[in-house]
Amino acid sequence: MAATLTQDEALFQFLLRMGDNTLILGHRVSEWCGHAPVLEEDIALANTALDLIGQTQMWLGLAGEVQGAGKSADDLAFLRDVWDFRNVLLVEVPNEDFGRTLMRQFLFDAWHSIQLGHLMKSSDPRIAAIAAKTSKEVAYHLERSADTVVGLGDGTEESHGFMQAALDYLWPYVGEMFTSDAVDAAMVDAGIAPDPAALRSDYDALILRVLGDATLTVPDSRFAHKGGRTGAMHTEHLGHLLTHMQWLQRAYPGASW
Amino acid sequence: MNQVFEKPSTDQIWEWLDAVPDPEIPVISLVDLGIIRGVEWQDDTLVVSVTPTYSGCPATAIINLDIETALRDRGIDKIQLKTQISPAWTTDWMSQKGRAKLEDYGIAPPQAAGGPERCPNCQSKNVTRVSQFGSTPCKAHWRCQDCLEPFDYFKCI
Repeated sequence: MAATLTQDEALFQFLLRMGDNTLILGHRVSEWCGHAPVLEEDIALANTALDLIGQTQMWLGLAGEVQGAGKSADDLAFLRDVWDFRNVLLVEVPNEDFGRTLMRQFLFDAWHSIQLGHLMKSSDPRIAAIAAKTSKEVAYHLERSADTVVGLGDGTEESHGFMQAALDYLWPYVGEMFTSDAVDAAMVDAGIAPDPAALRSDYDALILRVLGDATLTVPDSRFAHKGGRTGAMHTEHLGHLLTHMQWLQRAYPGASW
Repeated sequence: MNQVFEKPSTDQIWEWLDAVPDPEIPVISLVDLGIIRGVEWQDDTLVVSVTPTYSGCPATAIINLDIETALRDRGIDKIQLKTQISPAWTTDWMSQKGRAKLEDYGIAPPQAAGGPERCPNCQSKNVTRVSQFGSTPCKAHWRCQDCLEPFDYFKCI
C-alpha cells in the first residue's frame, strides 16, 4: 500500500481516521441517552455525543470531498462496513458501566485535545479551520471527563474500584493512538498533521497528572491492541454497533428526514 | 430580465436579520448571537455567511431555514447561505443588547471567568455549578445558593 499511496489517498485515510473516531465514540456515548445514573450526567453525555457527531459531519464531509466520488458525510457514515472504518479500537469498546465510559472518554479526550492543538497549525487550511472550531468543544469535554475521573477515582472505595478496573481494561487500547504508518508519514511530509508517536510525551504528562490526582495506578505495560486505525482488524464490537447505527439506511436505502 | 430589482441595502438586511429570533432562545436575535458573519450582494444574489455555534447544534438547520424565510418574506428570492467555520464562533461576538436580554430572560450571560457573574433572578453572587452541560449545547446548569433557584448559564466559548 505504501508504495502506491497518493497524497489524496493518504489525506482521505487521515480524514476517515479523524471522522470515524468522533462518529463511533459519539454513537457509543449516545447509547447512554435516557440511561445515565442521574439527569445531569445524562444531559452531559448526550451533549458530548452531539458535539462529536457534529464534528464528524465536518471530518467526513471533507473526506468525501477529498475522495471525489460524490459521497456525503452521511454516505460514509451509514454505507460503509466494518472493514472500511478507521477509528481506533478504544472508541468502539462497549460502555459497560459509567466508570468505564468516563475513563474511555478521558483517555480519548486527552489525545483528541493534543491532536487538535497540532492540527490548528495544519498546512491544509480546511483542516486547520475544523481543528480550531472543534478544539474549543474538546477542551470542554476534557475538563469534564478529567474532573469526573478524579471525582470517582478519588471517591468512595466502590467508585475507586470501578475506575481502576476501567483503567486496567482500557489501558491496552491507549497505545494504538500513537502508532504511525505510511499515511501518517505522508501527512507529516506535507505538514498536514503531526506524527502520532510524537504526541505521546505530552499525552503521558497530561494523563499521569490526572490519574495521579485520581489516586489510580497506571498499569506497567505498553502492550497495545491495534488494527482499528489501519482497518486491519476491528474488535467484534464494531459490527454490533454498526448494525444499530446503520439499520435505518440498510433497511430503507436513501431514507431521509 | 429587464425588470429592475431594487436591492435593499445591506444595512437594511442586517436590521431584518436582527428581528429573526434564535429558535431555542427566542429573546435574542441571530445577529445578537453573533452567528451572522457577513451579508453581501453578489450581482443579484444575496450571500449570507453563517457560522455554527456548536458543531452538533441541532438548531443549525432551523436557523438556516428561518433566515431564508425571513428574507423571502421581504421579497428577496436569490439567497445563498454560506457556512463559515473559520474563524470559529465565540461568545465574545454576542451583542451587549443580547447579553442584557438573556439576563432579563433568566439566562446568565457568558463571562470570561468561566461562570456566571450573578444569579439572573436575585443578583446574588453566591452561585454554584450543578452541571457543566444544560438544556442546549450552549448552556450549563447552575443554582443560586441564596434564592435557591436553578438557572441556565450561557457557556463562554
